[in-house]
Amino acid sequence: MRMDLIQPFVSAADSVLGELLQGPTVVGNPSMEEDAYRRKGVAALIGFQGDIEGRIIFDLEPETACRIAGSLAGAEPPAAADDSVVAETLCELANMIIGNAVTLLNDRGFHFRVQPPEVHTDAEGMKSSYDTEAVVMSFETPAGFVYLNIGMRYNRRRKTEREAAVTA
Amino acid sequence: MEQFTALSVTKEKRPVRYLVVDDSVFARRNLARMVESFGGVMAGEAGDGFTAITEYNRTLPDIVLMDITMPQMEGIEAVERIVRQHPDARIVMVSSVGYQENILAALQKGARHFVQKPVRPDVLYEIVRYVLNDDGVLTGAGIGGSQKEAV
Repeated sequence: MRMDLIQPFVSAADSVLGELLQGPTVVGNPSMEEDAYRRKGVAALIGFQGDIEGRIIFDLEPETACRIAGSLAGAEPPAAADDSVVAETLCELANMIIGNAVTLLNDRGFHFRVQPPEVHTDAEGMKSSYDTEAVVMSFETPAGFVYLNIGMRYNRRRKTEREAAVTA
Repeated sequence: MEQFTALSVTKEKRPVRYLVVDDSVFARRNLARMVESFGGVMAGEAGDGFTAITEYNRTLPDIVLMDITMPQMEGIEAVERIVRQHPDARIVMVSSVGYQENILAALQKGARHFVQKPVRPDVLYEIVRYVLNDDGVLTGAGIGGSQKEAV
């Protein structure tokens, strides 16, 4: 997986989480996940298509999700992670992170469209090609750990490779 | 949330009326809190471009805060349709996706400004003040430097 495509997501997550949670974030080391994705808690999924195709899963432990939802709403944390406020907050947070990353990538010449975020409820899932090579990033925030599971492929290179194979 | 010196409309000496358009309930609620901290009132809200057009015609707000990526009709198309009907419409795009083509497209369709999410209240306040000042809509309290008040 190309780290130059991953880095904008890491930078965006670091920046957005730091800004919204008003505190420092510590970015953990990336790890490769070769098996199907297993959800850690409350998760939002955003898919994207274009020069780069794939999906990002934004995943939080239930207590962390409640703390973040309460903090961003300026209210007490919801009692349960299945509260609609938690899902709404999570999706918008994912939307902001992905949107900021897309902005960085687009300005570098990568063009793709992002789908609206959706709450990801499967405990395990999507044994698609994206999942066979996914990078998991962790971010330690004042509210707890936040995980980004990034699975993507770069279509432009694949097309070039196919063309090279045909001419060879 | 910090409070700002209230912005009000010169002629009627009333609070600025906002239409907030975003498919995320969380984002609309967050923007509504900012609007309140600017001394404004919510004229209406919408979760997609189609509803935004209907709500604009119904409420005729002083300013619109419009997301770009939305279901059914995206923000840029909604801007185009609103401005076609109301050339004086003041629309500020509020989106997490802030690449140049998107911004240019929105401005070409008639949006007045752009702010990227996550939105900082002081940045949005300045942009709203700038856009309304540009049209001579604001009264004295809103003209001048950034005026924050501790609560």
